[in-house]
Amino acid sequence: MNKHVSPKMNRRAFVVGTAAVGAGLAIGLDLPFGGPAMVRAADGSPEVNAWVVVKPDDTVVIRIARSEMGQGSLTGLAQLVAEELECDWSKVTTEYPTPGQSVARKRAWGDFSTGGSRGIRSSQDYVRKGGATARVMLIEAAANEWKVPASECTVAKGVITHKASGKTTTYGKVAEAAAKLTPPADVKLKDPKDWTIAGKGLLRLDTAEKTNGKMIYGIDVKLPGMLNAAIKDCPVFGGKLKSYDEAKITGMKGVKKVVKVGDTAVAVVADTWWHAKTALEALPIVWDEGENAKVSSESIAKWLAEGLDDAQPAYVGNKNGDVKAAIAGAAKKLEAVYNYPYQNHATMEPMNATALYTADKCEVWCGTQNGEAVFAAVLEASGLSAEKCDMYKVMPGGGFGRRGQTDYVRQAVLIAKEMPGTPVKLLWSREEDMAHGRYHPITQCKMTGAFDANNNLVALHYRLSGQSILFSLRPEALQNGMDPAAFQGVAQSGEAAIGYSVPNLLVEHAMRNPHVPPGFWRGVNVNHNAIYMECFMDELAHAAGQDPLEFRRKLMGNHPKHLAVLNAVAEKIGWDKPAPQGIYRGIAQVMGYGSYVAGAAEISVTEGNKIKVHRIVASTDPGYVVNPAQVERQIAGSFVYGLSALFYGGCTVKDGKIEQTNFDTFNSMRINEMPKVESVMVPSGGFWGGVGEPTIGVAAPAVLNAYFAATGKRIRSVPLRDQNITFA
Amino acid sequence: MANLTINGKTFTLDVEPDTPLLWAIRENVGLTGTKYGCGIAQCGACTVHMDGVAMRSCGVSVSEAEGKKITTIEGLASGDTLHKVQAAWIAKDVPQCGYCQSGMIMAVAALLAEKPKPTDADIDEAITNICRCGTFQQVREAIHTIASA
Repeated sequence: MNKHVSPKMNRRAFVVGTAAVGAGLAIGLDLPFGGPAMVRAADGSPEVNAWVVVKPDDTVVIRIARSEMGQGSLTGLAQLVAEELECDWSKVTTEYPTPGQSVARKRAWGDFSTGGSRGIRSSQDYVRKGGATARVMLIEAAANEWKVPASECTVAKGVITHKASGKTTTYGKVAEAAAKLTPPADVKLKDPKDWTIAGKGLLRLDTAEKTNGKMIYGIDVKLPGMLNAAIKDCPVFGGKLKSYDEAKITGMKGVKKVVKVGDTAVAVVADTWWHAKTALEALPIVWDEGENAKVSSESIAKWLAEGLDDAQPAYVGNKNGDVKAAIAGAAKKLEAVYNYPYQNHATMEPMNATALYTADKCEVWCGTQNGEAVFAAVLEASGLSAEKCDMYKVMPGGGFGRRGQTDYVRQAVLIAKEMPGTPVKLLWSREEDMAHGRYHPITQCKMTGAFDANNNLVALHYRLSGQSILFSLRPEALQNGMDPAAFQGVAQSGEAAIGYSVPNLLVEHAMRNPHVPPGFWRGVNVNHNAIYMECFMDELAHAAGQDPLEFRRKLMGNHPKHLAVLNAVAEKIGWDKPAPQGIYRGIAQVMGYGSYVAGAAEISVTEGNKIKVHRIVASTDPGYVVNPAQVERQIAGSFVYGLSALFYGGCTVKDGKIEQTNFDTFNSMRINEMPKVESVMVPSGGFWGGVGEPTIGVAAPAVLNAYFAATGKRIRSVPLRDQNITFA
Repeated sequence: MANLTINGKTFTLDVEPDTPLLWAIRENVGLTGTKYGCGIAQCGACTVHMDGVAMRSCGVSVSEAEGKKITTIEGLASGDTLHKVQAAWIAKDVPQCGYCQSGMIMAVAALLAEKPKPTDADIDEAITNICRCGTFQQVREAIHTIASA
């Protein structure tokens, strides 16, 4: 049963992909900051450098390489550039460079990938330098014109002033001259304490078109003569397309062509998508489902459960002391087994891409979290060289990690290749999207805690069994077979380090990779690890007869940043005071994506199984906060995503296929089920953590721990739907 | 063929009578602000007004829509004057990815037309759209802001 979908590693794509990544690692601070060869934007305005174009009317165009998908980093990154540039925020607009342009300019804009809550934290340094460098050049251009030392010139809101002579000019007037200058070798960045644009809760730059229907998402792309495609891929992962009876749909309205896509899928191309989908549903298809058709949720659960046995091999991710000896000699021990299911991203906009192929050019329009990965997929699927390919990013209707993958792009190009010269938009139905996700990995975890005679926790054995994402998606990142990301939130050190000191600790992972393809799903491995660790901490506290907060605090003396956010939520929710009548509290903390986060929930339970969440408090220390209004929204949104997964999510497998087909079987929280999230930001500075994901980790354990407080029952299995527990 | 009145204009469309209104609006009329999310009237991304009532257009056929006054997100504003829900959405920075927001805005506009000062309970009952980004907190705040204006 150890079947998995091997990543197809086309040599061309691999070379492009790694070359691109290698350059990214190498460039670091050596990103080109302009000159001496001048580059002009499409409208002729001079580029001061790759990040900044100033138009004669003083409009500043800030280039953004990372993808906006709702998380707000387009605005945040623009704030960081504008802060250093000292331009007028009201005159700022943004644009995306294309991956093709970037590759042609030796990757001038660095890494395009937007995942792992990296949008801001991984590019803040060089985009700020881009802004600062442009400022220095613009001032120098003015000083040169006035024949005064640049050091005597000041700038505010894009207006340069030489106080002694009383001269002033604007960025728009000197941009042409500035673009010809040699950029300074080094620039000093502002202390965040002095920020006036960054650090403020400014309104997003991309809202208006989201309120009037004008924002173009991938599904909305229109090209002259464009046709539309609907697709069905073999519902059993790893299965193949055997045959289809095209004659049965010949003559159906609007149908133009039926296309076999790779070895596994068939698409119908028609004038409209509705016609394409209608014909596809009428098309008789025979699948060669293969061995994986024997796999079910039950068989996967049994296989994972076997991995919890210490006799089975496992990778050690975090270890100190001698856990086995300490447990054997303990005064008291506690054991519990938890599990977490597959989850579909279920972005509101199903996967789609529009492709136009000719013998000497291939172009793709789509929403993506990784423009360069799409670019590599276009090269691979088209068979054309880099200079003949490009992709254009449009707004994605949600990403959550799903749009970091490019399976749907490859399909679109393969279909378009069958119709050279005709643009084809491929759109997945919701049902196809549910059947062909890149699912949150499935895991189980057995935890054993041991106490001495004084109820001190002396040992903790944390044994994971289940799927590795990197094994499927980035095998080159495995370390002697071990998936280091599997230990997110319970790692010894780094950006997802455990917040507890236990004298004897063993964290290990028995890797078992079922055939269902895993993916990076908002929060990724932090989601289940935080549930396992934080719910078990609650169990241990209860077993020790101690308050869950006090029990944790005793283990967190060496983890002041973890403790600070935990204390912040405890204070805000009023942990030291009794909860209102009928209300019960739960608390949790974790570290992920470089940020320290904690959450607390107040709930009531009626009829034993109906939960109402009354209050949520969440705190984060991401080092720096670039836009507090957007951070607040990301925190609240992460709770909606995390609690939807807890209550309603979960994908099950039958006959090798995913059983859930749409939002009727894979539900999502509505407004009536979601309380206000009270966020507490405690940025302590000195490091840059992520924001989009970390807090999702504490959503589920805070509620599960509150459920125990209310009912005395431990829930160790997600989703609650399958435990007959729902929202009140 | 179907005759539809959308945003005050009449369209004669070459579509089968059972074509969902959603796809007629998007593909035959060419107004793409109304979004496809599920196709089974679960998520609300395709919400439009039919004679002022919020309807999930994926579950309405063009034959059922004939003779009705249909308004989409593109027709919500009066010329250059934004509808109060659109204005509040901008002032309160409600959308994240924004994909569900056309439907969310249409649902809220219909609620406010019926109940200008909705309670939280009214909002809970009337607004059942899915938003995977999780903008509910801003949606609720924006509704109350409009109601108290």
